[in-house]
Amino acid sequence: MTDLATPVLDVRNLTKHFPIRRGVLRRVVGNVEAVTDVSFKVAPGETLAVVGESGCGKSTTGRALLRLIEPTSGQVMLDGADVTNLSRNALRQARRRMQIIFQDPYGSLNPRMTVREALSEPLLLHGVATPANLDAKVAEVLRLCGLSKFHAERYPHEFSGGQRQRVGIARALATRPRLIVCDEPVSALDVSVQAQIVNLLQDIQRELGIAYVFISHDLAVVRHIANRVAVMYLGRIVEEAAAKDLFASPRHPYTRSLIAAAPRPDPNVKRERIAVEGDAPSAMAPPSGCSFHPRCPIAVERCKVERPVLRQAGTSTVACHLAESQDAHMTGAVDKHHLNQTLIRRLEMLQAARQKSRDTA
Amino acid sequence: MTGSLLSVEDLRVQFKVGPHLYRAVDGINFSVERGRTLGVVGESGCGKSVTSLAIMRLVPQPPGLYAGGRIMFDGSDLLSTPDRQMRKLRGGRIGMIFQEPMTSLNPVYTCGEQIVESLRIHSNLSAQKARARAIELLDLVRLPSPSKRVDDYPHQLSGGQRQRVMIALALANDPDLLIADEPTTALDVTIQAQILDLMRDLQERTGTAILLITHDLGVVAETCDDVVVMYAGGVVEQARTADLFADPQHPYTIGLMAAVPRIDVEADRLATIEGSVPAPWTQLPGCRFASRCPLADEKCRSEPPPLHEISKAHAVACWKAPIEKVLK
Repeated sequence: MTDLATPVLDVRNLTKHFPIRRGVLRRVVGNVEAVTDVSFKVAPGETLAVVGESGCGKSTTGRALLRLIEPTSGQVMLDGADVTNLSRNALRQARRRMQIIFQDPYGSLNPRMTVREALSEPLLLHGVATPANLDAKVAEVLRLCGLSKFHAERYPHEFSGGQRQRVGIARALATRPRLIVCDEPVSALDVSVQAQIVNLLQDIQRELGIAYVFISHDLAVVRHIANRVAVMYLGRIVEEAAAKDLFASPRHPYTRSLIAAAPRPDPNVKRERIAVEGDAPSAMAPPSGCSFHPRCPIAVERCKVERPVLRQAGTSTVACHLAESQDAHMTGAVDKHHLNQTLIRRLEMLQAARQKSRDTA
Repeated sequence: MTGSLLSVEDLRVQFKVGPHLYRAVDGINFSVERGRTLGVVGESGCGKSVTSLAIMRLVPQPPGLYAGGRIMFDGSDLLSTPDRQMRKLRGGRIGMIFQEPMTSLNPVYTCGEQIVESLRIHSNLSAQKARARAIELLDLVRLPSPSKRVDDYPHQLSGGQRQRVMIALALANDPDLLIADEPTTALDVTIQAQILDLMRDLQERTGTAILLITHDLGVVAETCDDVVVMYAGGVVEQARTADLFADPQHPYTIGLMAAVPRIDVEADRLATIEGSVPAPWTQLPGCRFASRCPLADEKCRSEPPPLHEISKAHAVACWKAPIEKVLK
């Protein structure tokens, strides 16, 4: 499944520094180092999750991939072709193959356009549909996203949050892209709706073989949708691994603390307390050495002076001097068999009841 | 009703918007015991935040309207308390924390000034003593170098630090009840963990009762003694936290729990609750959840189920409860 020899997306040393200008002459007095030296590959049909807390550079990375923000340096290769130095026209062509879904689809949909109009535009522009088969194509995209034909005549404000996100996904799917950047697509949704959208994204991927770059701060959602996970801290990737391995044996102390901090919806499971003190430092003045060292529970002298490079340790690629020094096994993982059996049994029976009432209807 | 610090009895809050009457909170009952934490959990639009605003009497009127019920706080009804006295209670015996500390703190006053103001309104401390107490409070909520930070403006602090200041402000006058409306929702997970730990420690020290409004079952499991599950303006289930998670009864509670992705369990397809919440202006004759419930029958659609106890301290508003009898 993860064929990284011929990746659909190959990102090399992507960097985005925003200049800070001060004074009358707007002289550059410093940089916000939003993204530094980020490299990763995404295989066709796979999901790479980019996770981290606010300000870590994950959204800037997502936008720089599509050149919605111009990267400072580095390369973005889409199907082997460099996107970073394409002309405006060529870039528009490339965007047919690379789309984005935002957290708030309301902001990305024109409130004066019906869903049909919003979908027709990319379909015609990119030659995916002709005026003759436009209606059929619109209906097809809507069906894929779990919407009905009659939704096509509605305006964005007529939809609930979950449905609006379906429209956002339909818009991204219209051009049949190879890759979709999903920037916090379920963060604004309620849990029951969030589950519907996560399932929808997985179904679409299975049906169309689209690759996702899934940007999120929610590790629990990521665990359910990602094949591989890259963890970012202060503009850099600090750990990358297959999702299974990352959650079973995280190597970077920051990854460990992120996983430990997520509240468990089960009063019988006690959260492992890994003390992370304080807040993330400013990207305007990143700390020397390893940027996590001021908050790291195991930092030593070396971490303050020497920046660790990404290297292989166990099942992860990790940027930590001490990656091998601690037991990587994450305690507190729950086996499926230890899950609340009552809940599972009751859920199955509710589902059976729904199936039965559907069959009789 | 002895021991209950706060008891909400058949509370109804409505909003008149254009031609519609929104029944945001439609006859709910629950109580908060002294020294315990009650979680109110539900999805957007279920009425949990309106409930917390109603208790503080902060529902704007109009368009809001207290359409019935009582809110008994330590023996007196907050809904019939004069405004003057209500102002004394807020920030005094009832502390409040909101989701976004930046919008609840005043940007043109330093953190210290805001705490000092609250202290001096509610007691007759001298300016000097109040400042010393403010620093003490900032230290209590573990703000680093409190004697320096006391003179910082809110914008000079990070999100997590601001929420610490909010907590210090809420605890300034040793409240009996702390109302926390989504206190960690805007924060990153590592900061959320710090704030939840802090709230738990402070409760052990001060014995304050907490009413915690949240959408996150994980936060409930970690911090609450008791839980109320709300759906579309009503309470559908109420129990001790351990009992709710071990023995979820209402089909909505079961669906909600199963829909939460878990970080500690190998991935599988997520369970969903089909359909969506009914529009808040629709007046349903029966159970609010009937349109989405696989077990719903004629009775469910025509008659609203009352909240009734099925075992000690565990109440469910469902005609099918106890559910193990239906699901054989």
